[in-house]
Formats: sequence, C-alpha cells, structure tokens
Amino acid sequence: MIHTQNLTRVFKRKGEAPLIAVDTLSIDVRRGEVFGFLGPNGAGKTTTIRMLAALIGPTRGTATVNGHMLGEDAAAIRRSIGILTETPGMYDTLSAAHNLHIFAQLYGVPEPEKQVEKYLRMLGLWERREDEVGGFSKGMRQKLALARALLHEPDLLFLDEPTSGLDPEAARLVRDFIEELRGQGRTIFLCTHNLDEADRLCDRIALFRTRLLVLDTPANLRRQLFGRQVVFHLRAMLPGLAETVAALPGVQEATAIDHKLLVHVDDPETQNPAIIRALIAAGADLQFVGELRYSLEDVYLQFVQSS
Amino acid sequence: MNTTAIATIVRKEWAEMYRNSLVLSTVIFMPLLFTALPLVILGVGSGFDSGSEALLSELPPQMASLCAGLTSGQCGQIYIVSQFMLMFMLIPVMIPATITPYSIVGEKTQRSLEPLLATPISTAELLTGKNLAAILPGVIATWLAFALFAVGARLLLASSLAFSRLFDARWLIAIFLLGPLLAVFANALAIMVSSRSNDPRVAQQVSSLLVFPVIMLFLGQMIGWIVFDTSFALILCLVFLILDIALTYLAVRIFDRETILTRWA
Repeated sequence: MIHTQNLTRVFKRKGEAPLIAVDTLSIDVRRGEVFGFLGPNGAGKTTTIRMLAALIGPTRGTATVNGHMLGEDAAAIRRSIGILTETPGMYDTLSAAHNLHIFAQLYGVPEPEKQVEKYLRMLGLWERREDEVGGFSKGMRQKLALARALLHEPDLLFLDEPTSGLDPEAARLVRDFIEELRGQGRTIFLCTHNLDEADRLCDRIALFRTRLLVLDTPANLRRQLFGRQVVFHLRAMLPGLAETVAALPGVQEATAIDHKLLVHVDDPETQNPAIIRALIAAGADLQFVGELRYSLEDVYLQFVQSS
Repeated sequence: MNTTAIATIVRKEWAEMYRNSLVLSTVIFMPLLFTALPLVILGVGSGFDSGSEALLSELPPQMASLCAGLTSGQCGQIYIVSQFMLMFMLIPVMIPATITPYSIVGEKTQRSLEPLLATPISTAELLTGKNLAAILPGVIATWLAFALFAVGARLLLASSLAFSRLFDARWLIAIFLLGPLLAVFANALAIMVSSRSNDPRVAQQVSSLLVFPVIMLFLGQMIGWIVFDTSFALILCLVFLILDIALTYLAVRIFDRETILTRWA
C-alpha cells in the first residue's frame, strides 16, 4: 500500500543550518493493516504524512502510495487517500453538512448528499447537521473531520493524532470507529502519542525520531526488549525454589520477590506446565500465574531515549 | 482546470462572506454610498442654471469640448459629477481588499487550508476560485453601482445631451476596463499582505491602504493637476495591466502549496 525508499525531507532555513525533518525513511505498509507511526514531538511524523499525502515533496528518496509514484501524479494520490490532519480545520461559520458537502464536491463524490448523510449518521452528527461547526465540541469537530476524510471512500487513511485532546468518551468513540474501519479492510496509517491506543489498534508500529528506530508488531517489540516474563504467585516463598526453577530447561532466569517468583522464559506456552509441576513437587502453594506485560510506553521510552 | 472545483471554492467563499457582517456590509453599503453621493450632488446642482459663467471660465480646457451645446448649469453639473467618477474606482479596490484578507487569513486561523490542499484540487484551481470570489463581487458591485447611477442621472438630468456627455468613452473605459484591472490589482496585493498576517483585521487595514492611489488621483483631478480624459484612462489601464500581470505572478508564487503548509501556519 505504501512503500518508501530512503525518503528524506530537508527544510532550508534562513541564517541557520538546514533542518533534516525526515531522514532516509524506508518502510512498507501492508494493505489492510493499522500501521502505528510513533515518535516524540518534532520527530517528523507530520512531515512524513504530508509527503506521503503528496502535500509536500521529498528532498530525496522515492515512495509509492496506493500504486502511485510520489511526484508523478499528486492529484491521483490525494484522490485515493483520506487524511485527518492534526487540527480538524473546519469552516466554523458553516454548518456540519455544508462543510462536508464542500469536500464531497472537491473529491468528486458521485452522490454527495447520500455520502454526507451516511457519515453524519454513522458518526452521530446527523441531528446537528444544520448547526454551525463553530459551536461544536472538540470531539464533534474531530468526528466531523473523520467523516470528511472518508467521504470519497478511500482505501488508505492517514490519521494524525485522531484522539488528541479528546475526553475519554469521545476518544473511545473515535477508537471504536478506527476499529470499524480496519474491519472494513481499510489501511490506516496512524500517528499518535497515545501509546495505549497504538498498542490496542496497531498491527505494527514504527518508532521514529527523524530516522526509523524500529519497526515491528507491539508484541515483538516487547519481546525484543524485555523478553517474556511469567510471575508465579505463591502462598509463601520456600528456600531454594528460585534455584530449582532456574535449573529447568528454557528458563533464563528466576528471581524470588516476596511471595512471587519472577521467571524469564523463552516460550511460556511450552515451559509454564513444567515450571508449575516443579513448583508443586517442591511443595509450593501456587495461587496465580500471569505473564508480566511491559507497556508500550516502556518500549517507546527505551527506544526513544537510547536514540 | 476543474470548473466544478473552482465553482465549489467560489460558493464556499461566498457562503462564508455572507456570514461575515463586516465583509457583507462593505460589499453592500459602500457601492450604495458611492452611488448616492454623486446623485445627491447632481440633484442639488440641478437648481443652479444661471449666473454660472464665472464657474465655466474656471473649468479646465478639456471640459470645454464636453460642454459644447450645454448650458452653463448643465456643464457645471457634468464637471462636478465627473470629479466623483473616481469614487466608483474605489469600489473594485475596497471590496477585494476586504474579502481577500478574511478569505486567506481566515483559512490560516481556522487551519482549514491543509485539509483543502489535501483534496485533488490543484493550487491553480484553488487560487482561481479564491480570486474570482473576491474580484467578481468588486467588479459586479462597481457595474451595478454605475447602472444605478446611470438611471438616477437620467432622471435628474433634464437634457439628454448632458446625459450622453456624462457617459462618454472615459467613463466606460474607467468602469468596464480600469475597474476590473483595479480589482485584480487590489486582490493580488491583498493576497500578499494576507500571506504575512495572522489577523484578518490587520491584513484588511493594510490592504485598505490601496485606496490611497485612487484618492490621490481624485485629489489631483480636483486640484486640476490631472485631467482624467480618455487617453489618461487608457494609460492607466495599460499601467494596471502590467502591474496585474506582475502581481498575479508574485501572488501565485506566494500561494505555493508547500509554502502555505510549511510557513503560513
């Protein structure tokens, strides 16, 4: 769906050294996936989206978006994608329906009225269709901007901070809507600061800070950094228990912490039964077993700080 | 050029303009005021028809040809109203200078240009739509104001000869040629000013300074330094045509997609 090869964007600045906003970015975004693009403020995420949406040109490198080569037919790229910009950017004095109608016409939507109604209803804005957008809450504006991005039914969507500044209820509604879009088979390129959101929504995540730091599934990123750890909750810690478990095959490390045994294993699905049997044989009273999950925030901070 | 996209932009601009009371009042009331003023003078002046020989002797020589066959009172009326012809030239300057700042800076403050530029519309289509939305009201308002003035003048001027003198070639050149050229000029300058501003009122005030050249012409004519005859009107048309080409070229460069996204925000 998207393929970039050494995509680079340098901004010239008067009296200052040129600013490299995006440096040799090479990624492949597959059809139908939710691709998370994460990085700190000023990392170049919006510049990347703007390049991929054919809004600004790259300084170096190549990219194909939806089968169109960047720099060859910008209008074809823009026609085939939907974009939710960082700020909704609606016409405040015009009604919700009027705002969408303008964009439906600019995208050449065959039946603009139908499409406008479809998305206003889908996002729960139909009752407010004649109201001026200036009076809308941030959540409503964001929903309207999402509707605007979808009017022409694009296969590929760029969402730049879709839940930024929204209250939990509105953010959840937007997230559910993104899930629904994924269910429809659309490809979503998602820029977000909300790591929990990225963890829940994204099939793969690219951590980015001017350059690509790492790209993988959230689970693999965790594994890559922290391995897999299982916590065994015991009624009481017995002497020598950690050493017994550490000696088992496939166990890398076992540490006793109060009444818990933290075990670093290669493959918990295979090794957990053997560990449980060993613990019971050693006389331990096992209460719970659970995998220790590191948050994506831990992964993110580890990579970004080390970059 | 996608005419549907251009028409969509024009309609969008006008819909926003319709909801902006300041812009709307400028578009409606200024032409009415500039039409009423010369008509009032024409009406008041219709009373004096005698004892104006002294006034006639003070008129510039160019007026003499216009006054042939007219009474001194009629000639005086034509002279006075001719002075106000340049006021009609303020309309195509003032209206785009009011609409454009709100159109450009409004998009900047609402941050609505990026979603707009993300559509398949080309920069040329977007700029054409925005230009038409600002220039057309200026030109149409000038023409309507002139038509209204023509009707009023016909009713107030008893002599059809005097009426025909009032609408000679210089008036027609000024209204139908110089007016649109001035509107393009004002709009291009307003785009440049607006690209540097984040407050539509400031941009509008700066753009409004464009009326000064027209006022200078008006004063120059009143004092007698300038005689606004046909040749002068044609020279002005040529000057503004050249200026329009140069300024439109600059405005198009300023309105570059990349510049808007990376520097205007």
